Amino acid sequence: MNQALQFPALQALYPEILLVVGAMALLMLGVFRGDRSTGAVNGFAVLLLVAAGILVCLQDGTASAFHGSFVSDPFARFLKVVALIGSAVTIVLATEFLSAPHRQRYEFAILIMLATAGMMVLISATDLIALYLGLELMSLSLYVIAALDRDSLRSTEAGLKYFVLGALSSGMLLYGSSLVYGFTGTVEFAGIAKAAQNGGLGLTFGLVFLFAGLCFKVSAVPFHMWTPDVYEGAPTPVTAFFASAPKVAAMSVFVRASMTAFPGIAEQWQQIIVFVSIASMVLGGFAGIGQTNIKRLMAYSSIGNMGYALIGLAAGSPDGVQSVLIYVSLYVAMTLGMFACIIAMRRADGPVEKIADLAGLARTKPAMAFFLAMLLFSLAGVPPLAGFFGKFYVFLAAMKAGLYTLAILGVLASVVAAYYYLAIVKIMYFDEPATPFEPMRGELKTVLAVSGLFVLLFFVYPAPLVEAAAAAAKSLF
Amino acid sequence: MIAAVFFYLFASICVASAFMVIAARNPVHSVLFLILTFVNAAGLFVLMGAEFLAMILVVVYVGAVAVLFLFVVMMLDVDFVELRQGVLNYLPIGALVGLVVLVELLLVLGGWAIGENVTAAITAPIPPAADVSNTAALGALLYTRYVYFFQAAGVVLLVAMIGAIVLTLRHKPYVRRQSIAEQNARSKASQLSVKQVRSGEGLSQGLQ
Repeated sequence: MNQALQFPALQALYPEILLVVGAMALLMLGVFRGDRSTGAVNGFAVLLLVAAGILVCLQDGTASAFHGSFVSDPFARFLKVVALIGSAVTIVLATEFLSAPHRQRYEFAILIMLATAGMMVLISATDLIALYLGLELMSLSLYVIAALDRDSLRSTEAGLKYFVLGALSSGMLLYGSSLVYGFTGTVEFAGIAKAAQNGGLGLTFGLVFLFAGLCFKVSAVPFHMWTPDVYEGAPTPVTAFFASAPKVAAMSVFVRASMTAFPGIAEQWQQIIVFVSIASMVLGGFAGIGQTNIKRLMAYSSIGNMGYALIGLAAGSPDGVQSVLIYVSLYVAMTLGMFACIIAMRRADGPVEKIADLAGLARTKPAMAFFLAMLLFSLAGVPPLAGFFGKFYVFLAAMKAGLYTLAILGVLASVVAAYYYLAIVKIMYFDEPATPFEPMRGELKTVLAVSGLFVLLFFVYPAPLVEAAAAAAKSLF
Repeated sequence: MIAAVFFYLFASICVASAFMVIAARNPVHSVLFLILTFVNAAGLFVLMGAEFLAMILVVVYVGAVAVLFLFVVMMLDVDFVELRQGVLNYLPIGALVGLVVLVELLLVLGGWAIGENVTAAITAPIPPAADVSNTAALGALLYTRYVYFFQAAGVVLLVAMIGAIVLTLRHKPYVRRQSIAEQNARSKASQLSVKQVRSGEGLSQGLQ
């Protein structure tokens, strides 16, 4: 019983350790100083997220820890940075929400930090147990912050719905994992890939259940039902969070699991991904048309966008993975800008979220209307804005992989979706002005301006993002 | 031979009482059947040579979790008859889904094929029972090899605790709490005053 009891090498995990330990320290601060420490906790949380991002950027090469359960490679680092940006910006966006006297909850920032730690575990997961633990750490925090506004019926309903359906999807994922383990004898992705070269019925069943659980987390059709209700019911900054960072993490584990654990049975999972992708794009396009609430609209928009990102995964090539990474990071940039606008939609008597409330925004608030219009054009995929490049790379990868039908259907669905994005632009620019909104707060202005300028000027110098994504994609193959 | 007899004894009682957990009308009976299920499952563990797991099952699940369930069932006024109202409505579709899953499982078991060299690929093989005791083997696996997962699961539990407090704890302003600091800060001067009482006049006035 004298195994070498040496301390495990932890360099690869420094960012995660920083986040978790930092979250516990801030929890102590909050517990002892009460809700008046909310502002300080928020500030420190943003600082810690930025520090974790810097630590992630300082790593290089491929390092793994804990017998290969955790890996830090360019792919993981790329997505971790995107997820950390999403989380940090969410806390900034929530400043106003958390400043109301009855909503001064310091736990918000702490739960965001722990959710982010879960995402980082998930992004770096190279075996099924780490995958599940990361996913649960992320999801459990998300269930709680969905119901954070606990005196609001809609918020608690959103939290409960998300929790019940999320638990069901976790159950499916675990069932799938147990089948995969049973048929391969290992939980490590590399070992699964080795044992799964020939496929087999049982393994395919496990794969299907595993993918069903992951589809739920990225809210892809047919596991999307929770999305509109949860997005509408949760407080708006929380919705902004749901639509950004967790999607990145779930998409990354989807890609990593498919590419590294199941490359031998690619034909089988490709069929599933192609179907899910087409269904998400079509539903996201058509169901968004009738919406009157802008948060519900963003829910359908996110369903559709995940469909486009999955096209890149269906291609199953380094180009495809690169296009997923580009798509997801551009999507996060656009979503955060959109939600800065939605949070700014408030009149003297409280926040509003009807699309009709945006009427005539171009005359009452020209700058906000301009940036919002640019973001909407970008989401619709109008060149030369950033959203166009996201779709371009995805479709290009699909064409190279010979998935012509998928690419053509994707283009058609994006035309349908363009209708509702452009309808909002029409309402802002050509309808009679409604009562103007309250002045926009400084931090919302900053987020909107950064996001808008990024989307507007991405085409001038896209090389850093595209090259980083290419390097990240290469590390998976 | 004896092992086989005990296996079938434990297994059949286990399955039967598991069925009774969902079939019993009285929720307290359900919990008692759950305890019976746990005890028989512990018996199965002993038969397989996993004494540590068997004891943990009895101590943790029977001793703590089941009693906690019993508390919840008896303390909360849950109307289980009302909860079951919808069962008949959802039974057909539920049975259909169950049937589909069952058929799938049969297909899977029919096509049971463990990949080649799977036994060699097992991530952390159990050392032979002669070399190491149950407890030591589990401890080495859980706290050394899989310490990362152990810690991550700990953080998950922390989130669950924070979540329960965030969503349910309310500070009610009208609840009077003991403030020890305030009590200790009281001095004799602020609480006591010495009065001279003149003889024959009593305390009728002047006691402020």
